[in-house]
Amino acid sequence: MGKLFDIFLSFLKIGAFTFGGGYAMIPLIQHEVINHRGWLTDKEFIDLLTIAQTAPGPISLNTAVFVGYKFCRYWGALAAVLGAVIPSFVIILVVAIFFTNIRDNVWVDAAFKGMRPAVVALIVAPIVGLTKGMHWVGLSIALATALVVWHFGFSPIWLIIAGAIGGIVWMARHGEEGKQ
Amino acid sequence: MISTLIQLFISYIKIGFFGFGGGYAMLSLIHSEVVVKNAWLTNGEFADIVAISQMTPGPIAINSATYIGYEIAGIGGSIVATVAVCLPALTLMMLITHFFLRLQHNSVIKGAVMGMRPVVVGMIASAALLLMFPHSSDGESFIDGWSWAIFGLTLVGSAKKINPILLIIVSGIMGVIIYGL
Repeated sequence: MGKLFDIFLSFLKIGAFTFGGGYAMIPLIQHEVINHRGWLTDKEFIDLLTIAQTAPGPISLNTAVFVGYKFCRYWGALAAVLGAVIPSFVIILVVAIFFTNIRDNVWVDAAFKGMRPAVVALIVAPIVGLTKGMHWVGLSIALATALVVWHFGFSPIWLIIAGAIGGIVWMARHGEEGKQ
Repeated sequence: MISTLIQLFISYIKIGFFGFGGGYAMLSLIHSEVVVKNAWLTNGEFADIVAISQMTPGPIAINSATYIGYEIAGIGGSIVATVAVCLPALTLMMLITHFFLRLQHNSVIKGAVMGMRPVVVGMIASAALLLMFPHSSDGESFIDGWSWAIFGLTLVGSAKKINPILLIIVSGIMGVIIYGL
């Protein structure tokens, strides 16, 4: 029981202080899980990152499940996920409750008019890094995906499935050397 | 009401299950379910939630689930959507934690991961395109030259590794100065 509570508390902390999500939170998790608690070794942490990035779902959730499951199986995973989710759930709920009342305020509206293009810029920014050094086949697939989802309103789900199948077929035919 | 909750649950299970590639890649998936398919939000409201998610802790998938769930069906809706988006990660990750370390050199898994990578990049780009050039005029993100100026400045700031929360706050202040005064 004590261990479950420790897991819950650690992920509560991680959940409450990981702004911006994704990679911004890795140092915090590293500190909490390796340095502070000694739950994982450095080698296990690298494995964890590989898995958390490969699996679907937010990295913080995947990390929580991995660490929680490793120590207390199902209950550990559940305790970790609850800890990771509760801070953002509570904060967003409060924001949602109040935001509806102030959304039409002139100042709030003006602020959001300014923030919307900034949000788009933050989404565009990582694309450059991600496409760097990509094989032309990969680039064409990325471009086609973007256009098909944006212009024709295709659900990305089908494209993910197609991409996975395509990758498996490619790997079966060309093996490792064809890696993009 | 019950049918809305069920639809909400199904949509967020899908988002959790196919949310490969992290936050920004998931945006196009969330957009597809929430704006295109179910018309629960307009484009502009969707952009607002992304902005709010950037400023509050936690992953965007969970933030958007809680927020959109509340908008559509109150606190019950926010619980349903948040639980739904967590379920796939919870179950899949337990299986993967069990088997992955043995499977990570398996060529089928490697191929699938490799094949999804360019799709994920395309999904990030499509999320940007959907917000830049929406198909309907409700809640456009870009309304005038100032919008493009803020966009350009934020892009430069991001390339210089300035904290994204700070960039959002600065753009909000610019919005107040440009549109509020």
